[in-house]
Amino acid sequence: MAMLHNRRKHVAIAASLVAPFVATFCLVFLWPAIRMVELSFTAGPLIGEGTWVGLANYKRLLTDNLFYTSLKNNGYFVVLTVVPTTALALAIALAINRLSGRLQAAMLALFFLPYILPVSVVTMIWTWMLDFQFGVLQPVLAFFTGKPVPVFKNPYWVMPMIAVVTIWWTNGFNVLLFIAGLRNIPQELYEAAALDGATKRQQFFRVTWPLLWPVTALVLTLQLILQLKIFDQVYLMSGGGPFNSSYVLLLMVYREAFQLNHGGYASAVALILFVIIMVVSVLQFQVLKIGGRR
Amino acid sequence: MSGSRRIENWSLTVITFAGAVLWIFPLYWAFVTSIRSEDRVVSDEAGLLPDEFNLASYIDVVFNTQLLNWYLNSIVTSAIITVLVIVSGMMCAYAISQMRFPGRRLLYGIVLASFMIPSQALVVTQFILMNSLGLINTWAGIILPQLIVPVVIIVYKQFFDAVPKEMREAVVLDGGGEYTLLFKVYLPLNWGITTALSIITFIMAWNQFFWPFLVVTTENMMTIPVGITQVNDAFGVYYARLMSVALLGAMPVAVAYLVFQKRVTEAVMISSGVKG
Repeated sequence: MAMLHNRRKHVAIAASLVAPFVATFCLVFLWPAIRMVELSFTAGPLIGEGTWVGLANYKRLLTDNLFYTSLKNNGYFVVLTVVPTTALALAIALAINRLSGRLQAAMLALFFLPYILPVSVVTMIWTWMLDFQFGVLQPVLAFFTGKPVPVFKNPYWVMPMIAVVTIWWTNGFNVLLFIAGLRNIPQELYEAAALDGATKRQQFFRVTWPLLWPVTALVLTLQLILQLKIFDQVYLMSGGGPFNSSYVLLLMVYREAFQLNHGGYASAVALILFVIIMVVSVLQFQVLKIGGRR
Repeated sequence: MSGSRRIENWSLTVITFAGAVLWIFPLYWAFVTSIRSEDRVVSDEAGLLPDEFNLASYIDVVFNTQLLNWYLNSIVTSAIITVLVIVSGMMCAYAISQMRFPGRRLLYGIVLASFMIPSQALVVTQFILMNSLGLINTWAGIILPQLIVPVVIIVYKQFFDAVPKEMREAVVLDGGGEYTLLFKVYLPLNWGITTALSIITFIMAWNQFFWPFLVVTTENMMTIPVGITQVNDAFGVYYARLMSVALLGAMPVAVAYLVFQKRVTEAVMISSGVKG
């Protein structure tokens, strides 16, 4: 009897410990997720009741050119950022890892600092640097193209430029992960390889690269998920333009819900984005795990 | 070391240094711009080196925008988010790590899975929820959806799992309960990770743009990242003022990072699972 009483008390205490998290989770994650599915089957406005329309929102999505444009731009942005930032971060991490002591800490701080800035600070600085008339980077662009470029008003330049800004902003995080990975590789392996007469190049491809692969896979996965969710930089620098050339899915969700008052349709787009991110991240994780085992 | 090796080493170091200088150039340029007069900023003579020390634009943005209001909103909401995330995460992790109760494995499974949930995709219905609770344009409205940070639970669980069992027994013999154990034994043993997690949670909350941007519609309730974009709209192309307000907005987190650099680095490495 006493045992049973104790057991109940134990469970009650455990319940009180997990309650704050569980309650918040249900309120701000679970409930909105369920409501999102529900809302995507209605023609509702953002606030207020909507009529049930079944799959009409999804059918409309399949014929909506803006949806395909957004999907394509999301894909393009992923191509422009994920692998380049991973490669760049690895190169920087290798360079920093050679250094030691204060010099290493200082270099790491310089490369990491942009990551802790608010996104609007980043976009304001780069908008100024790329200003068509007075931007400090315009002479550099002019050197390569022959004339200044209004980058955020040019459909060919806008996405690559947003990608450059994004890489500058978030790359420090990846550098840090690679440095942690490099520090985890036992020094003896390099000594043994050097004794066997391995060149620096061989040491990198036979020791560093395979042992670093789990971190590389992690960086690739985190970046892919992060870049699929792009909104802030696009909204702040180009607003999706020009001619929708930087329109992305989350921007579509925002426009439909908060500017056009199409709560139901926006939910359908949001749900598609939700599913894409979940599927892609699970798939990529599996693929990279297999790649790592070989 | 042979001569050619030494030259190679030196040149690599120089290249790294040059790369770092280039990398930080945007921040340098923002600073140089911010201490110039608006006329000088757009004049032809303005070079790459600082040539003026003019604080007029800083004074202007402090007194002629709602910057101080935005600071207050950012500090209050980020601080409350940090405390609530850390305390609720620690409690939940302790129960999962040290206690046996029905649904324990399911709960941890949900925590691990919610790591992958893109919360940005939930904003439409989160906004509807906040509206029906009457929390639009309030601190509570900004705070609530930011309270789910599963990685805090995952990290705490790992650290609590590693605490030796003998530490429990002494307290249990003295008649101490689970709350005593958590706050008198497990928490003090893990102050290091608690500070580290608190600092990055604060920085992440401070930098949050998308949600505060949606849930706040009046200028006096905005947080720093949202508010400073209003200056952009109000001033147009007055770049000295824009750079002043941008740097003032970034300063608290930049200072926090530079002061707690080691802790931030450690927290980022641990919370992404690269170092445990």
